[in-house]
Amino acid sequence: MARKATVLIDKELCKGCELCVIACPLEGLVLSDDLNLKGYRIVRLDTDKCTGCVNCALVCPDSAISVFREPKAAKPEAT
Amino acid sequence: MERTFIEEDWMSKPDALVYDNHPETLIDRPLHYCPGCHHGVAHKEIMHVVEELGIQSEVIGVAPVGCSVFAYHYMNVDMQEAAHGRACAVATGIKRVRPDKTVFTYQGDGDLAAIGTAETLHAVNRGENILIIFINNAIYGMTGGQMAPTTLEGMQTSTTPYGRNIKDIGYPLKMTDLVAHLPGAYYVTRQSVHTPNAVRKFKKALKKAFEYLKDERGTCFVEIVSNCPSGWKMTPVESVSYIEEKMLPEFPVGDLKTPEK
Amino acid sequence: MSEGNGKDVRLMKGNEAFAEAAIRAGMDAYFGYPITPQSEALEYLTREIPKRQGVVVQAESEVAAINMIYGAAGAGARVMTSSSSPGVSLMQEGISYIASAELPCLLVNINRGGPGLGTIQPSQGDYFQSTRGGGHGDYRTPVLAPATVQEMVDFVFEGFRIAEEYRTPTLILADGALGQMMERVELPPEGSLPHEIPSWATTGKTPDRESNVITSLFIEPEKMEKVNEKLQEKYRSMEKEITFEAENVEDADIVVVAYGLSSRISQKAMHMAREKGIRVGSFRPKTLYPFPYEALGKLAETAKSFLVVEMNAGQMVEDVKLAVNGKRPVGFKGRMGGMIPDPDEILAAIENIDN
Repeated sequence: MARKATVLIDKELCKGCELCVIACPLEGLVLSDDLNLKGYRIVRLDTDKCTGCVNCALVCPDSAISVFREPKAAKPEAT
Repeated sequence: MERTFIEEDWMSKPDALVYDNHPETLIDRPLHYCPGCHHGVAHKEIMHVVEELGIQSEVIGVAPVGCSVFAYHYMNVDMQEAAHGRACAVATGIKRVRPDKTVFTYQGDGDLAAIGTAETLHAVNRGENILIIFINNAIYGMTGGQMAPTTLEGMQTSTTPYGRNIKDIGYPLKMTDLVAHLPGAYYVTRQSVHTPNAVRKFKKALKKAFEYLKDERGTCFVEIVSNCPSGWKMTPVESVSYIEEKMLPEFPVGDLKTPEK
Repeated sequence: MSEGNGKDVRLMKGNEAFAEAAIRAGMDAYFGYPITPQSEALEYLTREIPKRQGVVVQAESEVAAINMIYGAAGAGARVMTSSSSPGVSLMQEGISYIASAELPCLLVNINRGGPGLGTIQPSQGDYFQSTRGGGHGDYRTPVLAPATVQEMVDFVFEGFRIAEEYRTPTLILADGALGQMMERVELPPEGSLPHEIPSWATTGKTPDRESNVITSLFIEPEKMEKVNEKLQEKYRSMEKEITFEAENVEDADIVVVAYGLSSRISQKAMHMAREKGIRVGSFRPKTLYPFPYEALGKLAETAKSFLVVEMNAGQMVEDVKLAVNGKRPVGFKGRMGGMIPDPDEILAAIENIDN
């Protein structure tokens, strides 16, 4: 299933604070068991339904999240 | 960089990046703050606003003493480090000799509302055309969680281990309310960054503040009600509830003074 | 007023003279706070600057004033403040930051009697504070000690030059009498000390350079030690700025060492002693930091003894002893708390040594 939006989480910047987790309206972000080099458990995206609302990126204190949304000009694909 | 997602074809398109985590104005390096600290949110969004307004080359920032003492490690603008509490005096000096520049201070509650009370009130009273950004997390973070002038009644800190007793040590100081009474203040607002919508409102207010500076009609003052998970002895998620339930009733968000009013 | 030879000569009060000199030296901004006996400087500048060029702000305290200086200096402006002893004490925090951040600025201390609120009468009680750094940490500031109103003018130009050449706060240490007395001064023309905005200044980050950061925070001790080493190296390199005035020292048995106001009185006592047949010379450091140790040390080879005259309990006498290094006895005559020694009592001290 092709996605319309997604987030890129910089694993080494994430501190696993979970502020993005509570900000996601889809509850699509989860704290994973993966550790980064500093030993923090990191957050990952666990949904294909991301709308690119940028809520997670706005509240991320570590500038770890960038958000991509399929440009409107492109012909949307059926989901 | 290891990626936690699968690349889509459209992602390389120019407009696909709708939120850039490191605009030109924000230096790409790990922040030294504790997990969940709102300093990071504030830094990031202030620099987003500077980027969006296209004023990077006009801006000169003044960093305080406190956790955000290294603000200039992250903010990609010319900056000067002030002594504890003196940021508004330093900003006055800069602005007076570089009147064409946009000068802002970034100060915590201990810095701005305790040791720097005089410098803050007098800078605003002179109507210095500077922007004062006030991070209020009701605690001294850097030194280990001591009581701040804005610590809430009953709040436990390392120097109020039985809770802040107002009979003994006084009331939470509302600097923003004080400042709003001064004729030198042009735009005074209190915001928070604990939810996505709060961040959006904060950015809007901050953008207005930067724009109002161009009127040269006085000081702009933006308080950000913030957290300190480490000092508050809470998880970051718990700190968001604490802001909602305890901080905001004491420090309600909204504009206290606008050029129109 | 002109004497007809194109020179700008006036009768001026010390405090107004150094303020006027600062304008002529191209000062961009002055931030100050009233305190006796130097308030005329702030009054003069708030009167003159609006008619001419520059910025003047009466701050809410000396603490704020020195931090305005710090900010403006960081932005690359030529800046000055002035105060008197209790006010200069309040400025020490800022001076330490300015020294560490390596910013140029000129400070004038019109020394009054202390400790505490003390008195408004002239004193040299701030010698240690001025020459040992004054605030926290290992730093020094060049210190110029004028003895005339003319030198107060000249040292403003010299002070700005040294401050900018070495990127350091630079101090003029005068006293309440020099601030208040009126003397003939020749004023240099405006624009004789050019100034450009330095490349390190906070002027707004442009795409062609990294952001400029002015700071005194170097949290890693390895880095902080390097900063200290650089500062110490800078202070050593200032030794070429040492200036002093020696009179009648070639055949002198006794050398009277004094600076500023007390040197004027000591010179009078020297002449009185010479009339009595006592071979007395006088030595006046114009730079108190760096101190003319070497020149004084050389005098210890010919003179039999030294007498240090100060308006304090004995502060510069320690530097003179360091310079003489035990080779000759070093006596001391001081008055304190705003009292000025008269030539007779200095002469008596000279005669006491001579016997």
